[in-house]
Amino acid sequence: MTRYSIFSLARNALSHHERWPLAWRSPEPKPAYDVVIIGGGGHGLATAYYLAKEHGITNVAVLEKSWLGLGNTGRNTTIVRSNYMIEPNAHFYEHSLKLWEGLSQDLNYNVMFSQRGVINLAQSDAQVDAMQRRGNAMRLNGIDAVWLSRDQLKAMVPLLDCSDHPRYPILGALLQPRGGTARHDAVAWGYARAADARGVDIIQDCEVTGFRIDRGRVTAVETTKGLIAAGKIGVAVAGHSGHVMALAGLRLPIETHLLQAMVSEPVKPCFDTVISSGATHCYVSQSDKGELVFGGSLDGYNSYAQRGNFPAISHAATGLISLFPSFSRLKLMRTWGGVMDMTMDGSPIIGRTPIDGLYLDGGWCYGGFKATPGSGWVFAYTIARDRPHALNEAFSLDRFQRGFALDEKGMGPTTGLH
Amino acid sequence: MMLIPCPWCGERAQVEFAYGGDATVKRPADPASASDREWHDYVFVRDNPKGPLDELWYHAAGCRRYFRVRRDTVTHAILASTPLPEIT
Amino acid sequence: MAGQPFRGDEGGLIDRERPIAFTFNGERLQGYAGDTLASALLANGIRLVGRSFKYHRPRGIVSAGAEEPNALVQLAVGARTEPNARATQVELFEGLEAESQNCWPGVGFDVGALNGVFSSLFPAGFYYKTFMWPASLWMTYEHWIRKMAGLGRAPVQPDPDRYEHRFAHCDVLVAGGGPAGLAAALAAARSGARVILADEGADFGGALRGLRATIEGRPAMNWVRAAVAELAAMPDVVLLRRATVAGYYDHNSFVVSERPAEHMAVPAPFQARGRLWSVRAKEAVLATGAIERPLVFGNNDRPGVMLASAAQAYANRFAVRPGSRAVVFTNNDSAYEAALDLARAGVSVAAVIDAREDPGPAARRVREAGIESIPGHAVINVQGGRKLKAAEVMAINGDGTACAGGDWRAIPCDLLAVSGGWNPAVHLFSQSRGKLRFDDRIAALVPGESFQRERSAGAARGTFTLRGCLAEGFRAGAVAARAAGFDKAGEPPVPDCDTQAETPLRPLWVVPLPKHTRLKRFVDLQNDVTAEDVALALREGYDNVEHLKRYTTLGMGTDQGRTSNVSGLGILAGLRGKSIPSLGTTTFRPPYTAIPFGTIAGREIGHHFAPTRRSAMHAWHEQAGASFIPAGLWFRPQVYRRPGEGMMDAIYRETKSVRTTVGMIDVSTLGKIDIQGRDAALFLDRVYTNNFRKLPVGKARYGLMLREDGMVFDDGTTTRIGESRYLMTTTTARAGEVMRHLEYCLQVLWPELDAYAVSVTEEWAAIALAGPASRSVLERVVGGVDVSNEGLPYMGYREGTVAEVPARIFRISFSGELAYEINVPADYGAAVWEAIHTAGRSFDIIPYGTEALSILRIEKGHVVSGELNGRTTADDLGFSAFLSKEKDFIGKRSLAREGLWRPDRKQLVGLIPVDKKTRVPRGAQIVEDPDRETPVPMLGEITSQCYSPNLGHPIALGIVAGGRALHGRTLHALSPVTGERVPVTVTPNVFIDPKGERLRG
Repeated sequence: MTRYSIFSLARNALSHHERWPLAWRSPEPKPAYDVVIIGGGGHGLATAYYLAKEHGITNVAVLEKSWLGLGNTGRNTTIVRSNYMIEPNAHFYEHSLKLWEGLSQDLNYNVMFSQRGVINLAQSDAQVDAMQRRGNAMRLNGIDAVWLSRDQLKAMVPLLDCSDHPRYPILGALLQPRGGTARHDAVAWGYARAADARGVDIIQDCEVTGFRIDRGRVTAVETTKGLIAAGKIGVAVAGHSGHVMALAGLRLPIETHLLQAMVSEPVKPCFDTVISSGATHCYVSQSDKGELVFGGSLDGYNSYAQRGNFPAISHAATGLISLFPSFSRLKLMRTWGGVMDMTMDGSPIIGRTPIDGLYLDGGWCYGGFKATPGSGWVFAYTIARDRPHALNEAFSLDRFQRGFALDEKGMGPTTGLH
Repeated sequence: MMLIPCPWCGERAQVEFAYGGDATVKRPADPASASDREWHDYVFVRDNPKGPLDELWYHAAGCRRYFRVRRDTVTHAILASTPLPEIT
Repeated sequence: MAGQPFRGDEGGLIDRERPIAFTFNGERLQGYAGDTLASALLANGIRLVGRSFKYHRPRGIVSAGAEEPNALVQLAVGARTEPNARATQVELFEGLEAESQNCWPGVGFDVGALNGVFSSLFPAGFYYKTFMWPASLWMTYEHWIRKMAGLGRAPVQPDPDRYEHRFAHCDVLVAGGGPAGLAAALAAARSGARVILADEGADFGGALRGLRATIEGRPAMNWVRAAVAELAAMPDVVLLRRATVAGYYDHNSFVVSERPAEHMAVPAPFQARGRLWSVRAKEAVLATGAIERPLVFGNNDRPGVMLASAAQAYANRFAVRPGSRAVVFTNNDSAYEAALDLARAGVSVAAVIDAREDPGPAARRVREAGIESIPGHAVINVQGGRKLKAAEVMAINGDGTACAGGDWRAIPCDLLAVSGGWNPAVHLFSQSRGKLRFDDRIAALVPGESFQRERSAGAARGTFTLRGCLAEGFRAGAVAARAAGFDKAGEPPVPDCDTQAETPLRPLWVVPLPKHTRLKRFVDLQNDVTAEDVALALREGYDNVEHLKRYTTLGMGTDQGRTSNVSGLGILAGLRGKSIPSLGTTTFRPPYTAIPFGTIAGREIGHHFAPTRRSAMHAWHEQAGASFIPAGLWFRPQVYRRPGEGMMDAIYRETKSVRTTVGMIDVSTLGKIDIQGRDAALFLDRVYTNNFRKLPVGKARYGLMLREDGMVFDDGTTTRIGESRYLMTTTTARAGEVMRHLEYCLQVLWPELDAYAVSVTEEWAAIALAGPASRSVLERVVGGVDVSNEGLPYMGYREGTVAEVPARIFRISFSGELAYEINVPADYGAAVWEAIHTAGRSFDIIPYGTEALSILRIEKGHVVSGELNGRTTADDLGFSAFLSKEKDFIGKRSLAREGLWRPDRKQLVGLIPVDKKTRVPRGAQIVEDPDRETPVPMLGEITSQCYSPNLGHPIALGIVAGGRALHGRTLHALSPVTGERVPVTVTPNVFIDPKGERLRG
């Protein structure tokens, strides 16, 4: 692997950038692998990378039905944070955040993880209570959290409407300084390049069409590129978990919903942090290119269409203008939709399944991007050791039947409400 | 925006409706005698098909009736709309 | 003010009688009504307009429309400033101020151009390969990257203008008002169909505005004017100018962004600056035209390099010479007409360079006009920096892969008009989920199989002759109308148009570099993506369309690749040795052109983000000095401060009054649901955990509702007001959800039950009268009811009158005092409230707000949202007694799950600070050992807290693991985010009158 650095960039500039090697190979699949990962998004690629790096398992293939990172990895609003209250969530996402903090160097690929701070606005008395409660839990769990008064917030984000005029006036905010954003595509590409360098086969344009299961144990996957035998199979296809697991005969506590995101035309820097508002259903940051990147609520019905309808866009844009009245004359440039695995408690599923050798990493709801390193790390552990790590024990598939739902929002078993 | 055909009010914009989810879910007739698995499947597990789905819509800003719509989750095409059976 | 040296003396669709003064980069200039900013700048000889995104290269005007990648300007100043406006679409108005963007100190000399000097270090994706060492410096690197990036500046003041929404239905929506769109609208409208025709321009005509075409021997614009006049006279036709059909969504719904006032400095009074139309069309005709492709060759970004059709439009429509001496470079026929029109406008056209070996009759025509025709050649480079000086021309091989070399020549020029062919504007078609197909005839993507009820017509489907556009427009309009039910819609005869024979184009995606040169050949002008960047992406494995776009940022600028996407595809296909169709196509995502957020938001911003609900007594509360607090959509009185009274003093006064004398509170916001039917009691038994079948008429009962997963959903009292009639109350917050839940149960789960539910929240005003003197007050106003303890005992219900108004009187209490709730028809609410208040004066009655209510309920240990957090069970809250063992109810079966009955679940407790002085911090977590290092195990959390004026010390409610077994223990309430820590003693959750003697008195 050619190391990336300012020096290699300068050296290659002399040869007019004509000698850069492939970032990853595109091999034909071998007949068999120790581990096959289904899904060439951030999670699947990270899992392959950590299988190789942490567990020495390199006879691994990642199968992607289209091209790397074009599902939810390339369709999100790039927010990274660990500001959770419920303990298993807090510990897991904090582990992930710590991995983010060294990720560019670990992968030798700049994923532009930018710790510009994530701010959650409190816009009612009840939200002040809830956010201080969450901030307190974070601090006691060893996670950074700062309560901002309205004045402190106004000083940090001058364009935010901190007056009494809005329908839901801002009363204060919870800041996680270590949260931020990252360059989403780079995460997939960086993991792909690093996994490839450790011997992982990345196979694009290869759709899984079925599983071979022998006496309760998975033995191979059927694909559009033929049958591939596998000792173990990890599924990381969030958005399509229901569809893929159905090929193995499993039904899940998941429904697939549609979430849209959007960007404005690029402008010079006008605010630095990530701002999130529950009251106006909107979260926004400004990308390094200058675009306002933001999203809102689910479209609200089951859908596998990676395109949504206008009410959800309109609602998010209206929320944005309510927070930042001066953005009214900026323009919506591009919108897109992704499909989400929405679970019955809003938390992910990472662990074993009732079929031996088949593992599931899914149910990421809105929040899979920030989990990418942590999810890959614990999923690799779970596959390598055939048991969950302490960090993902609570995210088991059977938690609903046992009564241990991880319902951060307290919305109950209606997927669209999380 | 989708156009939802309410069997009582006719076609109306989607924003008038609340989504009711999978219509094929059936509450066990006698929960006490349902197995843990059956109950779990009823409360938490869904088929989540990629393609036609029978689902419930609630005309929240209209007649307040739940009804059944068959809709394709990939194309969003509405394939059928029927009232719920009424037993009185 | 300078003259307009490049303006012709006659012709064009401008009004020379109406000169318009404007400024660009501080310079005062003049144009005419009918100009765009771009045409006015060109008329004044201004070619250098902006700087590019990455290398800060000087850039001019490329196009005359929505596809403009370069000429982006910052408009106006102050609150009405707007970044990234396309000069090619900005209509000139008196006093317009525009500035170049993304350059410092100015567009002429820009320090950022240093990036261009070091551009060899900045190939596509360079940032993924560097800025990683040392890790700690990334935020610093990024700070500077951000400063360099971005284009214009965001406004910092709130937008002074207003925006609005319109909703419309029609039989046929026609997107685009060029010849095909007008023809379609005519054919559809003549059949009687309701037609909406929308065009992004200030007037209809589309490309005809910039051409010298004729129809029936007369200027084509005459036909356009006649068509528009005919349409305008029809009552069921809506003509929308300055309105872009920007989005095509499910079930033939469209989003149209209209700009009624962007062409003036300040909108007229009450005029909207933007208007968003949501249109539902039975059928649609997409007549969105086509966008000319630039050609990709060395330094093809220099100011003066312009699309041939744009140069032609500036000459014809605006009577502007976009240069003095022009060279035309093309691979197809359309640019020959441009060359001739430029010559007619007085531009000296030196030559037409054509990549084709045999351009056919078109070449003959230009030669006849005295213009040199150079077939089989290409422009390989241009000379000049901020201003074009010459085009370097060389022969190219038949396969277009290399320069033949040998006959290099430089042709002096200050305008290079280029045409690489035409891309039909298939954006809306693609948004509708229609399948695109690649048409080799025109080397472009065209609409293939339709998915929704639409059809494309004219240039939008690759038909470029005027006659063809009109014919297809008429046909599409008639077909659409017939499909919408207007069976008699027919196709008008197609008028005569002059049509020339066409020689097929020769695809030329990139002009090869002359040997030993490394010229920059731009594919995406705005984002500075070069042909070499595409090659680099391919070399590194980012070799499919989506990776290419994301890695190089090709097509990701404000023009969304309207001039670059297909060229990028072509170059990629060439490098991979594959056909374009085999690479798949890129996705066209909405909106077609950017929509101002203000337009999208409309009026529902600021205070009107959500609706506001007010009770019938709201005006009284206002007059009494209440401050209000949102509760769901409602605004409820929070506290009634007296003049000079502090907030907390007022709250404590109200709280004490209720416990010592009497208070009244507006509880109209509680959800009220009328439930009737033979099976109403059975129904309640199934939705509530406790038993309602044995509740006698005239009695109320507290009810607890669970979700099906066993968690507490809502609570409230339900009263049997008749033999088969009940009145249920819900919390304010959950009223809507509970109603929907009941409807679900009745309609979906148990349709066999004879029970009906209807929300009556708005029909009734509700007043709670609480305190030891409440009975005495009530006695003064009540009629027909004995309200003595025997006549109306605790949890009793009677109907009578209050202040002579028919009333429902409930003996229920939230405060824990002797209390009544009185419901009267909402219209009488204010009068009855007033009457009770007057009657209570001798008992020192006071109105109290939600703050006092909250303290009263914490003192009584009642649970609300903090405790009903969706994760608590009935047992957690001490409600086990309400879980009937005799019947099934929603959620019961879920309670058997292990996780719901473990003894270490968090249980409701009371908490009192050990020092009986320090307030328990809100949102605090409860721990055993406050001095442990993180992670500190958390036993629970504070859910509600207050100072109790009746007890004289702070109290709190919380949920604590195994808390009911911890009464008497000392724990610690920690709030690190506010720096508070308070030792607390665990107690039962009821602080006042645990036996409930007062409310029964």
